Amino acid sequence: MSEPVLDVRRLAHAYPDGHEALRGVDLHVHRGERVALLGPNGAGKTTLVLHLNGILTPTAGSVSVSGLPVGAPHLQEVRRRVGVVFQDPDDQLFMGSVHDDVAFGPANLGLRGEALRARVRRALEQVGMQDYADRPPHHLSYGQRRRVAVATVLAMEPEVLVLDEPSSNLDPASRRELADILRSLDVTVLMVTHDLPYALELCPRAVVLHDGVIAADGATVDLLGDPEQMARHRLELPFGFDPRAALGHRPA
Amino acid sequence: MGAGHGHRLHYHGHSPVHRAPAHLKIATLLAFVLLVVATPHAWVWAFAAYAALLLGVVALSRVPAAYLAKRMVVEVPFVVFAVLVPFVSHGPRTEVLGLSVSEPGLWAAWGLLAKGTIGVLASLTVAATTEPQQLLAGLRRLRLPDQLVQIAGFMLRYLDVVTEELGRMMVAMRSRGCDPRSPRHWPAVGRTLGALFVRSYERGERVHLAMLSRGYDGRMPDLPAPAHREHA
Ligand SMILES: Nc1ncnc2c1ncn2[C@@H]1O[C@H](COP(=O)(O)OP(=O)(O)OP(=O)(O)O)[C@@H](O)[C@H]1O
Ligand SMILES: [Mg+2]
Repeated sequence: MSEPVLDVRRLAHAYPDGHEALRGVDLHVHRGERVALLGPNGAGKTTLVLHLNGILTPTAGSVSVSGLPVGAPHLQEVRRRVGVVFQDPDDQLFMGSVHDDVAFGPANLGLRGEALRARVRRALEQVGMQDYADRPPHHLSYGQRRRVAVATVLAMEPEVLVLDEPSSNLDPASRRELADILRSLDVTVLMVTHDLPYALELCPRAVVLHDGVIAADGATVDLLGDPEQMARHRLELPFGFDPRAALGHRPA
Repeated sequence: MGAGHGHRLHYHGHSPVHRAPAHLKIATLLAFVLLVVATPHAWVWAFAAYAALLLGVVALSRVPAAYLAKRMVVEVPFVVFAVLVPFVSHGPRTEVLGLSVSEPGLWAAWGLLAKGTIGVLASLTVAATTEPQQLLAGLRRLRLPDQLVQIAGFMLRYLDVVTEELGRMMVAMRSRGCDPRSPRHWPAVGRTLGALFVRSYERGERVHLAMLSRGYDGRMPDLPAPAHREHA
């Protein structure tokens, strides 16, 4: 098999207060996969995400991205390869205009002039926000801000897109539009979510993190269709939702 | 949110004052305010000249007088203070409207009022005619250290976010039967402000993480100014 884009081995992390958030996580994600990362509150999902681009440093174990170990000498390159979209767009959009925010990442990578302009234009087009380039981000609606947040990361042309709860706080239409955008992208995706129908719709594979270890890894439809396993990991489907029936009606 | 797409003090327009380069406006404002402050308060004619010049610029900018007047309320505490000065200072007394007031105090009050009013009006005029982003670019052009400009930029960006957060916290307090205006509840309000501080601090940390995630290395990258990029 090819080299995994994300290769997490026996990853453990204890926060400074001694709390062990991760205790030996093993995860491999291959090129082109879309994987949902599920798990109850406090399972360690966000902690895992922050290791993937070297924001947090492992207490034990290792992470590599397409063969490149995540660590001090190559942090810049790792952060180009792994694009993280944080849960609250207000944390991610800090510049005075949408254009400047999207340009921030590629400019840090050294792009200038026409190359930079082209990157920004393309990223904004991918999320359908090209008409908002000169607006200040804080005057956009929440759904629009989330889309711009995705564009800021796409502009860095990452190999893996990591999203922390991308559908939270979105109205149903924005939620569906974001799904369309994600489906249209040709990148590897790791998506943290509590929105199980969303995981089913977008990600063929699901991984469950529970108490700091990977507790399940397999086809999303099999996991959601297994009530006993679901209950064990504190996962619950919305009332009346039938995963197998839903897949039957999935848009191509 | 406030008028137009700028900040609360900005008044959208296309006058020559609006179009003047931001760094020129800032430098002029600074020089003008220093000059006004340094003028001895006995030179009444000089203050008349400053006021006339300033009103000329305001007229040129076509920002409505009422718009600026409303925002002049920030000066009120100084006015109150200025009015008190003649009553509480020492020195030879004179009679004004049948009241005995201190003469040096009267001059001090006049100086405070004249300088304060001219300074506030001049600053408001610059704020009303300059977009926040231009203001930052202007500060950078004036060679203000990049770190300071970055801080100012973040302040502008997050002012609304933090104000809204405070608004939400106040609503939450009211909904639980606590009136932030009543002194009995001030301790609770104080704790809320403390919580707001902690939240803002934590947001700052999260923003910093988001910046690191996009390759930030302590220096803001040079981005093309809006004028130099084509519109899609
Ligand atoms: N800065 C920190 N210091 C100490 N402990 C922390 C810190 N951040 C998180 N934790 C703890 O680590 C554990 C994992 O937290 P994490 O944020 O990764 O969970 P999560 O799976 O993202 O949860 P959620 O679904 O609620 O977002 C939790 O028990 C949490 O209390
Ligand atoms: Mg989380």
